[in-house]
Amino acid sequence: MPTLAEPSLLEDVAAKFPAGSVTAQEGSDQPTWVVKREVLVDVAKELRDRRDTRFDLLLDIAGVDYPEREESEGGRFDVVYHLYSVARNDRLRLKVPVAEADALLPSVIPVWKGANWFEREVYDMFGVKFSGHPNLSRILCHEAFQGHPLRKDYDPARRWILTEADIYKPHFDLPDGEDDLFERMAINIGPSHPAMHGTFRLMAVLDGEAIIASDVEIGYLHRCFEKMAETHNWQQIIPYTDRLNYCSAFINNVAYCKTVEKLLGIEAPPRAVWARTILTEFSRIMDHCVCNGATLVDAGALTNFWYLFQPREEIYGLIESCCGARLTVSYGRIGGIAQDLPTDFVARSRKLLETIPKFIDDCEALINKNRIWIDRTVGVAAISGEEAINWGWTGPCLRASGVGLDLRRAAPYDLYDTVDFEVPTLSGGDVYDRFRIRMMEIRESLKIIRQLLDRGMPEGPYIVQDPHIALPPKDACYNQMEAMIYHFKLIMDGIQVPAGEVYQAVEGANGEFGFYAISDGSSKPYRLKCRPPCFPIFSTFSRLINGGSVSDAIVSLGGLNIIAGELER
Amino acid sequence: MKMPVSEQLDIPNKVTPYKMGLAEKLYLPLIAGLFVTMRHFVKNLLNPKGMPTINYPEERREYSHRYRGHHILTTRPDGSVRCVACFLCAANCPAECITIEAGEHPDVNIEKYPVVYEIDMLRCVFCGFCVDACPEEAIIMSNNYDMAYFHRDQSIVGKADLMKPYTFDEKRLGYRPYYPEEDVKHNQMRREAFDLVAMAKAKAAGEPAAHASA
Repeated sequence: MPTLAEPSLLEDVAAKFPAGSVTAQEGSDQPTWVVKREVLVDVAKELRDRRDTRFDLLLDIAGVDYPEREESEGGRFDVVYHLYSVARNDRLRLKVPVAEADALLPSVIPVWKGANWFEREVYDMFGVKFSGHPNLSRILCHEAFQGHPLRKDYDPARRWILTEADIYKPHFDLPDGEDDLFERMAINIGPSHPAMHGTFRLMAVLDGEAIIASDVEIGYLHRCFEKMAETHNWQQIIPYTDRLNYCSAFINNVAYCKTVEKLLGIEAPPRAVWARTILTEFSRIMDHCVCNGATLVDAGALTNFWYLFQPREEIYGLIESCCGARLTVSYGRIGGIAQDLPTDFVARSRKLLETIPKFIDDCEALINKNRIWIDRTVGVAAISGEEAINWGWTGPCLRASGVGLDLRRAAPYDLYDTVDFEVPTLSGGDVYDRFRIRMMEIRESLKIIRQLLDRGMPEGPYIVQDPHIALPPKDACYNQMEAMIYHFKLIMDGIQVPAGEVYQAVEGANGEFGFYAISDGSSKPYRLKCRPPCFPIFSTFSRLINGGSVSDAIVSLGGLNIIAGELER
Repeated sequence: MKMPVSEQLDIPNKVTPYKMGLAEKLYLPLIAGLFVTMRHFVKNLLNPKGMPTINYPEERREYSHRYRGHHILTTRPDGSVRCVACFLCAANCPAECITIEAGEHPDVNIEKYPVVYEIDMLRCVFCGFCVDACPEEAIIMSNNYDMAYFHRDQSIVGKADLMKPYTFDEKRLGYRPYYPEEDVKHNQMRREAFDLVAMAKAKAAGEPAAHASA
């Protein structure tokens, strides 16, 4: 894989800008450049457009607060941009330091449209402003919220009175000459509307039945995941990650555990990796079943909902037998998995492999070539691959637009480089193709699971045998003094993670699901930023539905698979 | 620097929507769909027992021995609480739902016991971290998930409720350190893999510890 570690490229780019405005930072897990804010937009453009960089996908923007840092060292905040080059499969991290007194950055929306919501989030959480942003308002917190919660000096115990009077004012991007709302009707769908799949509020300006402008408000399910992570030790965050994408909770566990394992420089033993890969694929199947089932219900095809939820029920049964919970699994542990797989795991999985395809076949027989469904969805909310990347899309939605980006193939982790599977792509980029791509991926996931089951469960421990990371087995703890001491130390002090920063992503059910973790060497994260795949996807929602009808908006929301848990954290 | 062209991903800048064939235009595949629903209809009509629906609460789903439900405080043979109020469960609880007040135990060998042991069931996330943390096997979980309260105060469950004897029925046990169905051989392997004394001895003897590298 090509890397940006070569200094020549950095020199080449830096030579175009004033001396000292683009410098490399050593000692990170991936190439990191520190960029002065004056040249940020130009550097971003350069990086996006150069043939040998082509960073066309903005993955994430994270703020980091260092209250002790002097202005001479850059100031209080770091705004961290994670870039990815789809064409070249390469990553780069840009850090832009900014001082508290003058916390203003240029907006990179002209370069990557997907930056819109990410910048709003940084503004909401840290109070860093972005010049040139069309709608710089709070996104996850309520409009009347005061202060910036992810700053280190913010006291989480403070309470604010939030009233309806201060409610979010929609930002309508009306076409020219259409700013007269007299002839128009503005409607509000949600936040508590059955078609809104959770708690999103859609505000649309209608001309007849056509939506001419719209805006969405999110944040109703914001639970301060990132702030909570800073007050809990590394192990305790695992139950919190379950609640991010709750349709495929185990993938979140894996993503988080892999992040911390990368910081610790350890790897899970083969048995755990094997279990993780299989359960990740089962979780992906469940997530796709939920998404497609719910989309079809929105369109009125209720029968498929039963056919698709039946395999999901069965998989939940399997997952419950592993970890004791159906939805919020908490099965991952740093360095492995929480408990050994049950003895009947392989037999149960094989049984599932036999039953799941039947339900998928039934659903496809009803839907795939059904003209009612085709007329309803083909061409609805279509987006091209190039545009989708510019908006920060990843995952099945992007693959439906013809870009075969899949981290399981692009940056194989766990056992994905040893199994044979396809990365399906379609070219329509509409609701119909998003539906079909998920069905195809379910079959690919089944293929992966079958290969791994045929290979057999590796012998050995299911979690690293390091008493500084994993709890000793219970009988060792009851009977051996050393194990008892390790047990107490680990619970009272937590895992001591060496200082550093990493970004680790896995292919979640919705796309690239990553964590950017900064450790200061203590038992708690200094900063933990989750990169939720549906956040940039949902920020595109207005662009997708403008011009269509209200019913198209409903059906396209289902197809995007927006999960409030990870969207609003 | 550049990847080989064959590996470069194609990034289309326009969409080509799905085109219907003649059969689809004539709605013919709907007939196949009707057969699917008819098949399910007849199958369910002839075999109502085979339907996946569970008539809760008359019928209940079978849960495994790992189910993380309502907590149980285990007891000593004399019926007193096993807990020694070491606070490990409260320290390990990510939801901070466990409140313990320690008192001095009349038996000097036990030293401490919880005067108050409360779990706020509305705060609890049922992650099982308290069971993982307990060094005394004093707290385990049952597979009881029927927890509904008329009042918020009732959700704070005290020692007496957590020690209720009916929950000790073997069939109602959930997440706990040992399972009856667990593979004995594997348990043994796990124990040996974590033999710290052997590890320390091996280290002292200058040999690489047999299991440390795993």
